[in-house]
Amino acid sequence: MTTATDGNRELEAGLDALELGPIEARRAWWRRALSGGLPPIVAMLALLGIWQLIVSTQHPVNLPTPSEVGNEFQAQWDLGRIQQAVGNSLYHGILGFLISAAVATPLGVLLARVSLLRRSFRPLVTGLQSLPSVVWVPAGILWFGLSARTLFFVVLMGAIPSIVNGTISGIDQVPPLYLRVGHVLGARGLTLARHVLLPAALPGYLGGLKQGWAFSWRSLMAAELIASSGSLGLGQIIEDARNISSFPGVIVGILAILVVGIAVDLVFFSPLERRVLKRRGLLTA
Amino acid sequence: MTVLDSLRRRHVPDTAEVDSAAVVVDGLTKRFGRGPLILDDISLRVAPGEFLCILGASGCGKSTLLNLIAGLEQPTAGRVAVPGHKPSLMFQEPALYPWLTAAENIGLALKLRGVDKGERKDQIERLLSLVRLDGAGAKRPHELSGGMRQRVALARALAQDSQVLLMDEPFAALDAITRDVLHDELTRIREEVGATVLFVTHNVREAVRLGDRVVLLSSRPGRVANTFAVGIPQPRRIESPEVAALSVEITEHLRTEIRRHAQAPTR
Repeated sequence: MTTATDGNRELEAGLDALELGPIEARRAWWRRALSGGLPPIVAMLALLGIWQLIVSTQHPVNLPTPSEVGNEFQAQWDLGRIQQAVGNSLYHGILGFLISAAVATPLGVLLARVSLLRRSFRPLVTGLQSLPSVVWVPAGILWFGLSARTLFFVVLMGAIPSIVNGTISGIDQVPPLYLRVGHVLGARGLTLARHVLLPAALPGYLGGLKQGWAFSWRSLMAAELIASSGSLGLGQIIEDARNISSFPGVIVGILAILVVGIAVDLVFFSPLERRVLKRRGLLTA
Repeated sequence: MTVLDSLRRRHVPDTAEVDSAAVVVDGLTKRFGRGPLILDDISLRVAPGEFLCILGASGCGKSTLLNLIAGLEQPTAGRVAVPGHKPSLMFQEPALYPWLTAAENIGLALKLRGVDKGERKDQIERLLSLVRLDGAGAKRPHELSGGMRQRVALARALAQDSQVLLMDEPFAALDAITRDVLHDELTRIREEVGATVLFVTHNVREAVRLGDRVVLLSSRPGRVANTFAVGIPQPRRIESPEVAALSVEITEHLRTEIRRHAQAPTR
């Protein structure tokens, strides 16, 4: 009997080992950095090359050369305008995003879990999400004047519907079996939400937050372009350049907005998302 | 005992009778809304420590029966009594939470049962050891094989410390070798913890390999068609002639049940 049990233990250990397979060696860090970082860098350089090519063929397009844009950037940087604008825009964008997330998350949970609320408000939320947030700028100006409050208002109107929708779809994607298991384990109401529903909804919710940030940033830029609020922002850099017909200045503004948008994603959202997905085995490699 | 007494006994089991059984199902009937009858007047008594297999083809309402016993559904008529703790339930999918490690999955069951944090660690170790996964506690579900996941799910179910374990085709998705090993494991663990098990399956040999008793359900609606006592001593082998002989007999009955539906008009 003892030998049978021991034999079984060995059989089981063998099965486990076979099923799991050999552990693959991790690639060296510089190889991973190279394969991850090289393609986008090459793509950027290629685009710069095409840009230079278009300008140097004397094509009748009113386009500044890359070096003109570089000089303009240098000039603005030396004046401290770029740093100030990036700082102000990031401040308004991030604060507006955080307020949006704080408002939208409970709203999303409520709409996802209460059927009547959902049927009543979901179409409106989806509609608001597809509404270009620039349409809120005139209303914001009439309500709040040319102030930071207008910027926040536009950011909130842009980001909240998107985060609400992300939260709802995150919760919708939770497998019903997880909730049944939670029930069997004795979790109800808030306990069920805290230990099962919310952690299970996290990947979808993070996707919603990421999209919410994109909406915050775009809305803010639209608002800054139209409603210069006194504190210099990136949108205003573009507007100022347009006023003095400085094409390089306009392009500096656009590129700065693009770079900040990418940087926030690379520094914050992408690593967070990767971490969450990897822990759950939803991401290979 | 008078006739009246015996009649009363049939319909209202007295408390002594309820207390001596681990699970009592009495005249259980279920339909969803205005839909067709799923379960029709099912009555079962499961003795403490008994391993009861519920066998049936598709549409016999096996899963609905377990859900009713687990309290996840409410009966249309009849009643279910499970004295003591709420029963624990295991599904065909391990349904481990992917954001938790194996140990944390077991720990959550302990936490929701109200076990102190200090005591939880010891109990997790003990349960992992019981399902022979010592040292695998830090792994996440996706890092485990199907058989290992189902063992973690078993440990989580045992963490609820209920005397009754309900299992809904828990090994149906596993390969044959792993399933055989888990049959042996389940037999061993059941003897160690002395739990009452209700095991639903559509696999006749599995039912005979594991059960002390096999209840055959008919389909649409589910009714108790037959009950078989399995007198073969444990440990049994699924390939043994004794298991095979009884399986042949039960399979005949099961086929007869299924054939009856060939005559019935399909809806």
